[in-house]
Amino acid sequence: MLRYLVRRIFYAGPILLGVCLATFALFYLSVSPEQMARRNISAKNPTQAQIRDWLVARGYDKPLQEQFTRHARSLFLLDFGKSDSTGEPIAQRLRQGAVPSLIVGSGVLFGSVGASVILALFVAAFRGTYVDRWATVLCVAGMSVTVLVFIIAGQYLFGKLLVWFPLAGYQSGIGGLRFAVLPILVGVASALGANVRFYRTVILDEMGKDYVRTARAKGVSEPRVLFVHVLKNAAIPILTSFVLSLPFVVTGSLLLESFFGIPGIGSYMVDAIDGQDFAVVRAMVFLGTVLYLVGAVLTDVSYALVDPRVRLE
Amino acid sequence: MILADCLAGLVVAACALALIHMLRSPLWSRAVSGFRRRPGAMFAVAVLGLYSLVAIADSFVLPARAGQPPETILDKLFARPQERTYSAPLAERTSEATPQPLLGRHILGTDGLGNDVLYRTLKGVRTAFLIGGATTLLVLPLALIFGLLAGYFGRWVDDAVQYVYTVFDSIPNILLLIAIMFVLGQGLLQMCLALGLTSWIGLCRIVRGETLKLRERGYVTSARALGYGSGRIIVRHILPNLLPILIIYATLSFSRLVLAEVILSYLQVGVPEYVGSWGNMIDAARLELTREPVIWWNLASATVAIFLLVFSLNVISDELRDGIDPSLRGA
Repeated sequence: MLRYLVRRIFYAGPILLGVCLATFALFYLSVSPEQMARRNISAKNPTQAQIRDWLVARGYDKPLQEQFTRHARSLFLLDFGKSDSTGEPIAQRLRQGAVPSLIVGSGVLFGSVGASVILALFVAAFRGTYVDRWATVLCVAGMSVTVLVFIIAGQYLFGKLLVWFPLAGYQSGIGGLRFAVLPILVGVASALGANVRFYRTVILDEMGKDYVRTARAKGVSEPRVLFVHVLKNAAIPILTSFVLSLPFVVTGSLLLESFFGIPGIGSYMVDAIDGQDFAVVRAMVFLGTVLYLVGAVLTDVSYALVDPRVRLE
Repeated sequence: MILADCLAGLVVAACALALIHMLRSPLWSRAVSGFRRRPGAMFAVAVLGLYSLVAIADSFVLPARAGQPPETILDKLFARPQERTYSAPLAERTSEATPQPLLGRHILGTDGLGNDVLYRTLKGVRTAFLIGGATTLLVLPLALIFGLLAGYFGRWVDDAVQYVYTVFDSIPNILLLIAIMFVLGQGLLQMCLALGLTSWIGLCRIVRGETLKLRERGYVTSARALGYGSGRIIVRHILPNLLPILIIYATLSFSRLVLAEVILSYLQVGVPEYVGSWGNMIDAARLELTREPVIWWNLASATVAIFLLVFSLNVISDELRDGIDPSLRGA
């Protein structure tokens, strides 16, 4: 296991290097520093001196090699530096935003995996009947509505008409949880269609296998077959999709957070896009990438933990 | 604008080619004739046909009269006079504190700037088709070339291609999309480029996997034994067997692209405001539900327009998949 981990981390090196080169080309070569300055400075017609000052203050006037070193540092060591527009350290804002993002993100993740696996098992139990057919149609319909509409409609219905939850906002501590409920519900609902459909096929795949017939022949009850035998064997694809969405627990859902006014990492990025803040957008891409790579290793490790047939060597 | 017209031409040509191919091959015509027995599939095809008509009507420019901006057939048919501000569907007065009489009739009402909502919604069709179509045109060759090369030649070619797509794949999709749009700026072409760069990986992986399988088939081995070159084997013997997957994937990705446009436009990294798009409509409509009286028609028409298109595309790709290759069911 340890040897495997070391090897995987060793493999991540070249990939990070590739990401480093690709993002450098994107952020430094496809846009000139002067353009960056012009977009970030709020004055309508910045003078040459203003632009020069802006570039010098943020280190964009240095030669490309030096810029690349800084770029690589911020990716490999997650040393993000300062925001282009406000000048405050990005890491500090990320730390502040991590807790709200974590609350909403983990809520959405656990909620949606839980709800969709249970629903998928239910639908799979009724395979081939009208329940199954209409559930599939409903799933496709759910997939065809944009997340934005789920958010706007949810906010309107539960926040304004029924007044069950606050419309938007956030508060730290236990009292803040009631602000998190609606975003979590909306997040779960918007992902339900695609998830149930995916898990249903996974579960149906398992249900055609021999061990299910054996279990039934032994007289195991149908719920027990579904929830114990099938669920255990369907764990690998479920885990994969679970772990691969882990980065978003931390980076937060951009849309949910900005709509519900949650001061997490996601809304930090939305603000950065509005403010034309290149440093913050770069930092978010790096953070997301590193988390994704960590998530990929965790997926493999969790396979070995869940499925005794998988050996990591 | 010229660029958008060229893209539109390319999209139409590609769709026509795909259709001709489908009608000529027995496998596809069987799948398509299966549609007739399924009301859901027929409905989806009808909706898609209607949308295509709108998109085509919006692409033909009528000869302009002197002193007037050029109009498309759609403009001619659906353009309505601009009102002062919001008005409800089929209302006769605006939704203001002191209602004013309207200049014309608006089946779906007007938005905050007084534009006819039905007209704005129909204008979004062409944008959605352009984004979906042009991006797919970018994705297909990219994924095909890399996937075929990696799968067929293996060894270092395979390693190199896998390395490239792993690198792209390690950056979370939505973050990469936003970053590219953010750096390149708003615009139709930028959007196709950004969406193309982020969505070729999935297809490339599938093409590579399929090519690996097909390479070992008997007919490929015999073609090699006959002394055919690699180019001929790839184009004549492997590519045709990939076509079903390609067309199914293209339909599916088209619907994902339409949805992605909406999200990017909301985040202010989509198409510019003067291009009529559903994302811009929803972005403008998001604060309207808090108004008194509630302005719902703007949001509702954009939502229904997106829903119908994406739903039909999803249904069609499901049906095609079931008809062509049952082994792919649920993939």
